[in-house]
Amino acid sequence: MAKRSSGVSSTDIDMTPMIDMTFQLITFFMFVMNFSEAEQDDRIQLPMSQLAKPVDGPIEKPITLQLTNKGSVIYAGEMIGLRDVGGYLEREKSVMLDAGKEPNTATIIVRADGAAKTGEVQEIIKICQEKGFEKFALRAKYDEGR
Amino acid sequence: MTRKKSQLADKIEINMTPMIDVVFQLMSFFMCSLKIVAPEGDFDIRMPLGKSAAAVVDDQQVPPIRVKLSAGGDGSLASISMNGNPIADFNELRKKVVSLVGKNRGPDSIADKTEVELDCEYGLKYVNVVRAITAVSGSVQDGQIVELIKKIKFTPPKAPR
Repeated sequence: MAKRSSGVSSTDIDMTPMIDMTFQLITFFMFVMNFSEAEQDDRIQLPMSQLAKPVDGPIEKPITLQLTNKGSVIYAGEMIGLRDVGGYLEREKSVMLDAGKEPNTATIIVRADGAAKTGEVQEIIKICQEKGFEKFALRAKYDEGR
Repeated sequence: MTRKKSQLADKIEINMTPMIDVVFQLMSFFMCSLKIVAPEGDFDIRMPLGKSAAAVVDDQQVPPIRVKLSAGGDGSLASISMNGNPIADFNELRKKVVSLVGKNRGPDSIADKTEVELDCEYGLKYVNVVRAITAVSGSVQDGQIVELIKKIKFTPPKAPR
């Protein structure tokens, strides 16, 4: 009897603390995870502003145009020239019109690099205006000022 | 012996391995898809085509404040002027705007009606424009944003020098 019991030695590990911790980690990552499709690109170094407080809700019909410091535009993850923006916006406009929406209800989010030329930002705005877009949001990084 | 046997039979062992596998896979997914997003904010500008601030001034509207930003050779800020008068820096610009529009911030106040038109040189670095917009659109006092002018416009782009 004594020989048999010593041969079948089983060590039970208590898994409860590990499972607790793992579930807490999952909960943490679920809360922290950002499901919004915020178009952020590392190539753009946004200028800082104390007044650029994060917006409360999602922007209605956003179209994001990102201007690099080299003068090219990132649109839908694709690098395009400044002169090509009009063609892409024309396509956006026709899609909106097909859906029964006017282009002036859309918001053009301009994410321009701090070192980009202001004239190029103005050119983007002008191209958008020519296509009927008139709401713009100039994006900046929120500076907490500390 | 019979007592021991019955005790062993009573003990139901749940196999935890599949659950732990799934839980770890979930955790790996959330860890890998985590993207730390820096807080960003917007300056809203409404600019329909062909309506520069100087062009549309009705009786109700206060004449626009014209802020001119000149650029140096490397795109840095060379000078600031407000309605033709030179300004030393953006703090002074804010003070001048406050002195123009007063401290009233109601819906029909002068600050609400006034518009700022930014006249910037083509080669000026964009960061200076954001600084100018920050200066004219408000300030932070005790952690609270005090709004100043919301209506901001640009002059049409000028040809690069």
